[in-house]
Amino acid sequence: MIDIGPVDAIPLRGSRSVTLDGENIAVFRTGDDRIFALVNRCPHKHGPLSEGIIHGHAVACPLHNWRISLETGEALGADRGCTPTVAVRVEAGRILLAAPIRAAA
Amino acid sequence: MDLQTGLDPALDPDGDGDLPFADPRVRQHLVVIGNGMAGCRAVEELLARDGGNWRVTIFGAEAHVNYNRIMLSPVLAGEKSFDEIVINPRGWYDDNAIDLVTSDPVIAIDRASRTVTSRSGRTVGYDRLLIATGSDPFIIPVPGHDLPGVISFRDMTDVDTMLAASAAGGSAVVIGGGLLGLEAAHGLALRGMQVTVLHLMPTLMERQLDEAAGWLLKSALEARGQVILTGADTAAIYGEGRVEGVRLKDGREIPASLVVMAVGIRPSVKLARECGLAVGRGIQVDDHMVTSDANVLAVGECVEHDGQVYGLVAPLWDMCRSLADGLIGTANPYRGSVTSTKLKVSGIDVFSAGDFSGGEGCEDIVLRDAARGIYKRVVLRDDRVIGAVLYGDTADGSWYFDLLKKGTDIADLRDVLIYGQAFATGGAQADPNAAVAALPADAEICGCNGVTKGQVVGCIEAGAASLDAVRQTCKASASCGSCTGLVETLLALTLGEEAVESGPKTMCGCTSFGHDDVRREIVAQGMRSIPEVMQRLHWSTPDGCSSCRPALNYYLLCALPGEYQDDQQSRFVNERLHANIQKDGTYSVVPRMWGGLTNPRELRAIADVVEKYDAPMVKVTGGQRLDIFGIKKEDLTAVWADLNAAGMVSGHAYGKSLRTVKTCVGSEWCRFGTQDSAGLGVQAERMTWGSWMPHKFKIAVSGCPRNCAEATIKDFGIICVDSGYELHVGGNGGMKVRVTDLLCKVATEAEALEHCAAFIQLYREDARYLERTAPWIERVGLPYIQERLLGDADERAALAERFHHSQRFSQDDPWAQRVEGADAHLHRQLEPAE
Repeated sequence: MIDIGPVDAIPLRGSRSVTLDGENIAVFRTGDDRIFALVNRCPHKHGPLSEGIIHGHAVACPLHNWRISLETGEALGADRGCTPTVAVRVEAGRILLAAPIRAAA
Repeated sequence: MDLQTGLDPALDPDGDGDLPFADPRVRQHLVVIGNGMAGCRAVEELLARDGGNWRVTIFGAEAHVNYNRIMLSPVLAGEKSFDEIVINPRGWYDDNAIDLVTSDPVIAIDRASRTVTSRSGRTVGYDRLLIATGSDPFIIPVPGHDLPGVISFRDMTDVDTMLAASAAGGSAVVIGGGLLGLEAAHGLALRGMQVTVLHLMPTLMERQLDEAAGWLLKSALEARGQVILTGADTAAIYGEGRVEGVRLKDGREIPASLVVMAVGIRPSVKLARECGLAVGRGIQVDDHMVTSDANVLAVGECVEHDGQVYGLVAPLWDMCRSLADGLIGTANPYRGSVTSTKLKVSGIDVFSAGDFSGGEGCEDIVLRDAARGIYKRVVLRDDRVIGAVLYGDTADGSWYFDLLKKGTDIADLRDVLIYGQAFATGGAQADPNAAVAALPADAEICGCNGVTKGQVVGCIEAGAASLDAVRQTCKASASCGSCTGLVETLLALTLGEEAVESGPKTMCGCTSFGHDDVRREIVAQGMRSIPEVMQRLHWSTPDGCSSCRPALNYYLLCALPGEYQDDQQSRFVNERLHANIQKDGTYSVVPRMWGGLTNPRELRAIADVVEKYDAPMVKVTGGQRLDIFGIKKEDLTAVWADLNAAGMVSGHAYGKSLRTVKTCVGSEWCRFGTQDSAGLGVQAERMTWGSWMPHKFKIAVSGCPRNCAEATIKDFGIICVDSGYELHVGGNGGMKVRVTDLLCKVATEAEALEHCAAFIQLYREDARYLERTAPWIERVGLPYIQERLLGDADERAALAERFHHSQRFSQDDPWAQRVEGADAHLHRQLEPAE
């Protein structure tokens, strides 16, 4: 696991991104203070999910407002598609991220 | 309508301005003392029967047209404006040629000469006189009752006094724990005052509620922060020069800067008594509301009929019908009213009807559900309902009331009576509509306006296909709204679910409220943060969604300029990063060019930025400025720093905010120009930049009617002419093109700018989030906009002043703030630790 910084580097209901092995990863901090991580690319038109509005355990993509589950990476509602999740955990207030498995492009 | 005379040509066939009514010399003159609900309703009933034969003069003590007095509480609570509770607007008086005399009460009646005299000395003769003076608040004559700061709760003046007092904060004491007192207390609490209610009796609202329901109500109000003292006997009101508090007989003192006396009302009979009419507890009338003088009638709370005096609205409607029928010679005797009370106290539903004091031969059926806060009690005598008290769930109130009025034998229903109509009438539990379907046509749906089921259904069948339409035609559900569910069910039953036209939609799936409701509650309840709104209005999601959060953020920002802490996480990315996100995740940057004017320094700085950050494209926008494309998020702050250094600020090309002010060169260069349109455009942009709005907002200024700046498709467009400035509003050049409406013409730049500021503030306060001015104006109508902006120069000035006040907190360049370090780290990626 890779330490990418303290939890409070991300605002509540906010997100920041980090690049690991050339892959841009969005790290989310939800309103209930949980941390999630997804590959920073909407399954729809590859919008940067880290710039979306975070509500509950979901994020609304800034380009076309698709809603993506932070838990599964699946598109919610009527839309279909999935973004890879990235394993993440919090230890002693630090965010630890697994190196991502590159999606076959 | 003929705009010249304002008369409908159908009514005025020869166009001479005279209506084809009977000759006024032979029309009978009806003089009405009292411009309130009873007097005006009586006139409405009479005119509906026999408009041509009567000439009407109405004297009112207040300065206003007839408004709904029982709706003063929502005005105090901030849920409604005064305009929303007006029953008969000025146009009604004009259309019916009624002579309205306001602020000039009648002080004497001379029955011998058949004249009345008003305070200002005006003497008017009558053929028939109608006394509708209502009632006076009862002031308990304790020491200090006449100190400044001690008021009643009876008219708009009292409401204005309470609003002024609550603006200063502090504590209030309400004397009287009846309906009126509790509503006053609720409104003052919502306005932020610490409220203590003093009630002489052991339980609240003892005339409408039994002890159990009164106790439930007291507990609920205490949980909302009010202090309720029952058995509290007022000894004195004390204070030096103005009220400072209330002293009880047991010696307790309660400090207060405002004391509202709401202990009861008395029929206002002074005039009647002085002119020698028969007066008991009220002015005595027969079954057609005629007093002891055949030429004098009386109606409403001031009368005594068959030994009864009524202090509620519902009996008015029957009285007025009998009165009007009597005047045209048709027998329709009034037989007294059985009254019910259905109301919301601090959002708690309460219903009572008939006699619930119990006693010899009475039986009670009681149902309690403590967990849900529900209490129901039905009182029976000889297998008939004689009284009912409902608390928390009042859906069956009209059914019990109907059984009571008709004296229905309920022996067969007795076992299930308390479970309500749907259950008791059998087999219909699964279908809540069945209960309403089973109501007879004469069952009362709306108590505030006296509307029966038959009348509601009739108005739906006549074409009212939505809740709003029903409210506008037969007025059902238009006052307190507690029968809204019933009216909606009747719509569905009459038209079928699919055919009902929906009203304002809910904001999003997180709430059952529409934008207007949420916004009104934010202001009324003084809410200060998004979590507070979600908590108080029962949001169904933990932190909203991408639709409601930006809307709430805007509504709070608009309501609390300079106080509300903008929630960046509820902003769409463009407003959070002050740039426009593009499909590849890069951003475009648009610096402001005031009025579309620029200079070598700015152009050089833009050229330098394009080269330094390798921007792949620069484009001239439709708003007369330059858009730099392909900037990476990480570079945004550096780009802004370079642009700031050349004196440029954010163009807000990304915001629900003022975008640009488009101009033509105007009289300085153009041979056709009539005014300095470019200069005025720069002034307009300096005044309005940085303001957040429901949606994007564009302004243009054209120097002559050739309109090169395309001002007639902008949200606010100014077209200069020789004699001044035409102001246009509500244009849109987007998906659905809309040409502006002409608002008005003004003579000076200062006036043009004032109208612009006032219009923007009206839009900011009135439109729903993400509603452009064009659909907003189509929804509310241009006359509404004109009335708010042109009807009263003071209101326009107040709107403009609120805009300028708000601008004091929004004209900081967001780019410069970021460059200086505010949230600058949010532009950077996280760094993995080694």
